[in-house]
Amino acid sequence: MAEFTLPKNSKIQPGKHYPAKGAKNPRTFRIYRWSPDDGQNPRIDTYEVDLAVCGPMVLDALLKIKNEIDSTLTLRRSCREGICGSCAMNIDGTNTLACTRAISECASGDVKIYPLPHMPVVKDLVPDLTHFYAQFASIKPWLRTQSPAPDRERLQSPEERKKLDGLYECILCACCSTSCPSYWWNGDKYLGPAILLQAYRWIVDSRDEATGARLDDLEDPFKLYRCHTIMNCTRTCPKGLNPAKAIAEIKKLMVERRSP
Amino acid sequence: MSAKDTVMKDRRNPLKTALGLGSSQSGVGHWWTQRVTAAALVLLGLWFVATVLCLLHADYATAHAAVAKPWNALLLIAFVLTMFWHAVLGLQVVIEDYVHTRWKEVVLLVAIKFLAVLGALACVLAVLRIALTP
Repeated sequence: MAEFTLPKNSKIQPGKHYPAKGAKNPRTFRIYRWSPDDGQNPRIDTYEVDLAVCGPMVLDALLKIKNEIDSTLTLRRSCREGICGSCAMNIDGTNTLACTRAISECASGDVKIYPLPHMPVVKDLVPDLTHFYAQFASIKPWLRTQSPAPDRERLQSPEERKKLDGLYECILCACCSTSCPSYWWNGDKYLGPAILLQAYRWIVDSRDEATGARLDDLEDPFKLYRCHTIMNCTRTCPKGLNPAKAIAEIKKLMVERRSP
Repeated sequence: MSAKDTVMKDRRNPLKTALGLGSSQSGVGHWWTQRVTAAALVLLGLWFVATVLCLLHADYATAHAAVAKPWNALLLIAFVLTMFWHAVLGLQVVIEDYVHTRWKEVVLLVAIKFLAVLGALACVLAVLRIALTP
């Protein structure tokens, strides 16, 4: 059966508390901590951060904690402007990017920060995305053609280019896939919203000549049809994209190419 | 699976794992049939509820006569067959979603199909007996 409770060694214990002495505007951050090296269960550490001397975003607070309070806190981050997808994590109950999520937007009370749900944890807020990236590679996310390469660019009309809007912006942060219960239960085989949105990005590309092969590769009860239109993906996407719509379009194309 | 098992077993390239056994080239039929039967059930369900409401407080002879009418018997059989068909398609998805022990999954998937066919046949037999006996 699918596992609905955490295994014994994943049960979360209370952790350390780091108070902010003499802070003008303190805010409490409760952060998931786990290290593969110490043999301990995961714990929730509590950090108080003085927002009077901190940037506005959750990532600012995390980096302030790492720089000034506890250097062992481990997280991924790179661009700090929502284009690299590195700092995807579960903040205040929603998968999002720490760099584009304002602390003031979080619900009142403590700000709770966990790694992306239902992924193996490498350390603290760093999930293991190996399988996710391998699934991305499996859909062959590049232009596939049969016609000989032209001497210049492969042209596209503005209307054809427009079909890629809402798809090309995906930064593969994995917020959507790891918010999807179907991906939690069957992520080994189900491709998940992010990868299916990427697949659709190539299916609708007017220059790509492998549309049929791409649909063939997706026509599977698990790879595609584990999507039960739960819509968590669309709700959580930090880029405001609609993976659920992209999946629905793939399903429509599947029906279109067969006799009803 | 413990961390040690993962290390011992997973010497494959992650892409090999992601590709798995490839696409089974099915699923679209299931998806489409589930939607078509759902649409049919909207109409048949409304008809069924209306018919049953009409028979509220009716005596046995009236109810018997109503079911025995050719159109009613036909639609009743259509309703029952569509319902079992739709139910088995839905249950199949639930089992595939949550039952991850392969042998249990196979047993359940076969069992629900047998039970659905049996249930549907029993319902059809019941309607036919009413419709065909004077």
